[in-house]
Amino acid sequence: MIVILDSEQIEQILKDLVGRIIAETPCESDIAVIGIRSRGEVLAKRLSGRLSKQLGKDVPCGTLDITLYRDDLNSPQGTAQPQVRTTEIGFDIDDKIIILVDDVLYTGRSARAAMDALIDLGRPGAIKLAVLVDRLGKELPIQADYAGYKTDVEPGKLVQVFLSESDGKEEVVIE
Amino acid sequence: MALKRKSKQFKWHRKHLLGLRELSVEEITYILDTARGFEQISTRSVKKAPPLRGKVVVNLFFEDSTRTRNSFALAASRLSADVIEFTKKVSAVSKGETLLDTARNMEAMGIDIIVIRHGAGGAPKLLSRNINACVINAGDGFCEHPTQGLLDVYTIRKIKGTLNGLKIAIVGDIAHSRVARSDMWAMTKLGAEVIFVGPPTLIPSTASELPVSVSYSLDEVIEKVDVINMLRIQFERLGGNPFPSVREYSHYFGLTAERMKKAKHDILVMHPGPINRGLEMESEVADGRNSVILEQVTNGLAVRMAVLFLVNQAAAIANR
Repeated sequence: MIVILDSEQIEQILKDLVGRIIAETPCESDIAVIGIRSRGEVLAKRLSGRLSKQLGKDVPCGTLDITLYRDDLNSPQGTAQPQVRTTEIGFDIDDKIIILVDDVLYTGRSARAAMDALIDLGRPGAIKLAVLVDRLGKELPIQADYAGYKTDVEPGKLVQVFLSESDGKEEVVIE
Repeated sequence: MALKRKSKQFKWHRKHLLGLRELSVEEITYILDTARGFEQISTRSVKKAPPLRGKVVVNLFFEDSTRTRNSFALAASRLSADVIEFTKKVSAVSKGETLLDTARNMEAMGIDIIVIRHGAGGAPKLLSRNINACVINAGDGFCEHPTQGLLDVYTIRKIKGTLNGLKIAIVGDIAHSRVARSDMWAMTKLGAEVIFVGPPTLIPSTASELPVSVSYSLDEVIEKVDVINMLRIQFERLGGNPFPSVREYSHYFGLTAERMKKAKHDILVMHPGPINRGLEMESEVADGRNSVILEQVTNGLAVRMAVLFLVNQAAAIANR
């Protein structure tokens, strides 16, 4: 197991992501953050808090469960069974710039599922993808708009993100 | 909120839902938790999600039903399945075809899930042993109506938070009620105390072997229960004269506004529908502030979506 990011580095990356999101988002635009369960949810809450503070306005935050939109429901991979959980988005996403947040961008399949799930909820003005870790192994034509940390760890290895709110510690490891 | 990695590695493995008696507490809880994720599909602008895309669900109903049949049809459509409606009157069954032949013919057309309601107890089990498709029991004889039991406990849990420690009265024609049985299994497994209430002629003779207590007086029970589930008097199933008159039944076992005055202020009033207004329940109560009868119908949709999703997942894993 190799630690690729520690808590200080994660903190620096989040700061950097927020700066880039603010720099690239027109100030009059209506922005919201939506995290993909479950690590994306934690990151989205942190990002929306920081964005709200720095922009001086409320940046709403929601949580998206993508289970029903997965592409492997009828050909299950591995032994883990997908568990359906709730989507909690308490605002209208129409015309908003949605910052879609996940912990790791790998094959791109979760991001595809998340986009389909979002579009069933309304018609956002734009969807931007923000991730903590971007790694090799894309299986779909999907790229992050805001990638915190890029790693060339080979496909097949496991990159795990631990966050204090959900895991009691703050680090990213390769197993 | 604590999100533990790999928390609860519970796996749902049943490709049939035949009854609640055979389910563990974990399985019932898992269905209820899963159903929460399906609630919002019905409230958003696109009331559809794709998990059963390309699947075919057959509604195989040998008895009349509007609510359950429509609820299953809508649940299946909301998950993007195609739905075939089968009714006894316009099918080959009226020409003498057996249940298994009917099901096998359906299966030969490439169907994936059969939702069956049948007058004979055990019919869904018979089907499940003889065909490959998933089987969901939508009511068999006087045995079980598992999705009704699930939506009832879902509704109670959503409002009360838990069933543990609650006192629940199920009132009326218990003897002919599969709802009472499925309710009883689900409620008692989740920690509630269940009391069957009705005239002796409508309480099953086997009640002493079930995990319930029995009362012949609604007046004695009404003040101490947290939930009251009023069953419909099923005139189509009653043989003989189980009570002297409808008016007498209503006098002793009807849920009237007067009787409600003795109940806890936060009692939940439930009914599986359709209501005989003025017989088992007065309109004032059915439409009153304690009534959750329409919530039951709404929640039924989410619960049935969850069940359809889960049996299909179990089949996908089994066929891997």
